[in-house]
Amino acid sequence: MRHIISILMENESGALSRVAGLFSARGYNIESLTVAPTQDPSLSRMTLVTRGSEEIIEQITKQLNKLIDVVKLIDLAESSHIERELMMVKIKATGAMRDEIRSMAGIFRGKIIDVTPTTYIVEMTGTSEKLDAFLAAIEPDSIIEAVRSGPTGISRGEKGLHL
Amino acid sequence: MELNGAQILVQSLIDEGVEYIFGYPGGAVLHLYDALFQQDELKHILVRHEQGATHAADGYARATGKAGVVLVTSGPGATNAVTGIATAYMDSIPMVIISGQVSLPVIGSDAFQEVDMVGITRPCVKHNFLIKDVTKIAETIKKAFYIATTGRPGPVVVDIPKDITAPNIIVPYKYPKKVSIRSYNPVLTGHKGQIKKAVDLLLSAQKPIIYSGGGVILGEASKELIEFTHRLGYPITNTLMGLGAFPATDKQFIGMLGMHGTYEANMAMHESDVIIAIGARFDDRVTGKLDLFCPYAKIIHIDVDPASISKTVKVDIPIVGEVKPVLEQMLELINESKKKPDKKALELWWHQIGQWQAVNCLQYDSESLLIKPQYVIEQLYEVTKGDAYITSDVGQHQMWAAQYYHFDKPRRWINSGGLGTMGFGLPAAIGVKLAFPESDVACITGDASIQMCIQELSTALQYKTPVKIINLNNRYMGMVRQWQEFSYQSRYSHSYMDTIPEFVKLAEAYGHVGMRIDKPEEVRPALEAAFAMKDRTVFLDVMTDITENVYPMIEAGKGHHEMKLRVALGASTDRELA
Repeated sequence: MRHIISILMENESGALSRVAGLFSARGYNIESLTVAPTQDPSLSRMTLVTRGSEEIIEQITKQLNKLIDVVKLIDLAESSHIERELMMVKIKATGAMRDEIRSMAGIFRGKIIDVTPTTYIVEMTGTSEKLDAFLAAIEPDSIIEAVRSGPTGISRGEKGLHL
Repeated sequence: MELNGAQILVQSLIDEGVEYIFGYPGGAVLHLYDALFQQDELKHILVRHEQGATHAADGYARATGKAGVVLVTSGPGATNAVTGIATAYMDSIPMVIISGQVSLPVIGSDAFQEVDMVGITRPCVKHNFLIKDVTKIAETIKKAFYIATTGRPGPVVVDIPKDITAPNIIVPYKYPKKVSIRSYNPVLTGHKGQIKKAVDLLLSAQKPIIYSGGGVILGEASKELIEFTHRLGYPITNTLMGLGAFPATDKQFIGMLGMHGTYEANMAMHESDVIIAIGARFDDRVTGKLDLFCPYAKIIHIDVDPASISKTVKVDIPIVGEVKPVLEQMLELINESKKKPDKKALELWWHQIGQWQAVNCLQYDSESLLIKPQYVIEQLYEVTKGDAYITSDVGQHQMWAAQYYHFDKPRRWINSGGLGTMGFGLPAAIGVKLAFPESDVACITGDASIQMCIQELSTALQYKTPVKIINLNNRYMGMVRQWQEFSYQSRYSHSYMDTIPEFVKLAEAYGHVGMRIDKPEEVRPALEAAFAMKDRTVFLDVMTDITENVYPMIEAGKGHHEMKLRVALGASTDRELA
């Protein structure tokens, strides 16, 4: 099953590699990983998407907790949460395709953030499934490149991941 | 007080109460060695190879319970230390390893003797630090010792660039009394509800067994374990790492469990209905094939490391906490409980165990004209009255030591259990002897293992650490040979060394006493003579039976109840008892 693990960790050099190293050393898989400092600059927040059986996810959270740099973590998949991913796609846009792409971006609530005579760059946020759906709706040959941030997430309600 | 970085580091170690530091100098740590030279509180032990430094510090740590401290230079000094760091990590041994690093401005430029020590050791340390500021040295050292020695202990590497220790940068020094780390708060006592559940289950058991490991020794909980076991009257088995936490000569002790454990211990595990695992981690050499592991048992597991719980074997009642307070909590509940252990069921259970014990699984051919390695260990046990510190290397001799030297006290059995590091025994023995100069220290080794760190014989002379080396010399890598005999139709691929040094001469060349023992009747007098030479390191080269194997054995893919036993004495074939 897919799990989204949110990790609050010391914003120190090497902290990221401890997490990444743990996953490769123990053979866990990382689907995506995003990390940035929080409003408290001494802390970083990492969102990590992984897949595994309940036993494996339990081991992953325990092993992560064991890292000295990890302050706290939650498995967002365990409760109600919101997740978003950012994508930018550079698409060939000439002739009739220019209108086509523009209207498609509109349907998916994307924004065109760069225009050249032959290309558009579309910016889009949403769940990973929505971004997948947009890419599937575009002629594959017209996609020059797509860059995705990987999902990040936050739990609903009053609870939060903080010190 | 104002000091430079090198002086701060040395003074921090002194203020931390460090007695010995095991190391080897080099370019990146010259400032540190200069600071060491100008003081005489901290005693430096100069080894002959950095691996020896880590094992010696490790042996010191295992025998004393204090953190072992290592100092190595950058590059090859650091990489040579890695095997010893991984050894300590696998067995949860508290160590602080200080490694020199190239100066900050050249880090990352492939400078001379540069290696990314923090990166290399990341998977085999509890934590590591790279110090980038001279004002952070004292605090980092304090943190390193705090992390290394608390919770589930382990090695901590502190990497220090050369310019951080430079003599011209002088800053105020104060060693912190205490340190706290917001992201690191080890659990001490166990959850009361879980403990109550565990006690209820334990007291309702019909075929209980206590399975305890190295965590009891690390957690200084031997006294509590003994009281707990006596109070319940249940059989107890120890892991390789747990030997000595419960007296081997106590009648409730049914031997080690696992691959080369006793028949009775493994059968009792297999047939049990309640297991309490105390500071043990269900290692694959203990469990055998997981699908066949303890099919009838409910399992209680006490461990300070939550990640050890339900890692390989799913447990029914997990208790996270240090072994000592948890056992105290349990004892209190047991004493208060109206429920008592089921006497009748226990009688039947002990009767059954008695039948397994009657198989006499550790019997060997004591009439042989060749020296049987088991006999050597038994004689060693008698000569040292069971009270020596025994270190070992890895292989057959290690298993025989575990089986035939009956450890009655914790911290007396010092071996590399998790990583299985050949070369561990001799340097570890030196570390132990430094800690306990008045006690007998013996290193049980083999002709292959001893050659992996034999250079430390020179260290033993320099620091006058008279250890006794019992070399069970069978001219083979015995354990490899045994597996090749059992699983590869005796194709002994590269497990035989055509050339082996004359160990007696080698020992003498290093300034020690060498003795060669060829006949069984020479074993006892030789051991007595060796231990009578209180101030000499003695190398006993004991020529043992080449064909001897370690029995009993759980072969790969088998369960506890499928042990391979030695057949009739003297016979070379084996049968399976199930």
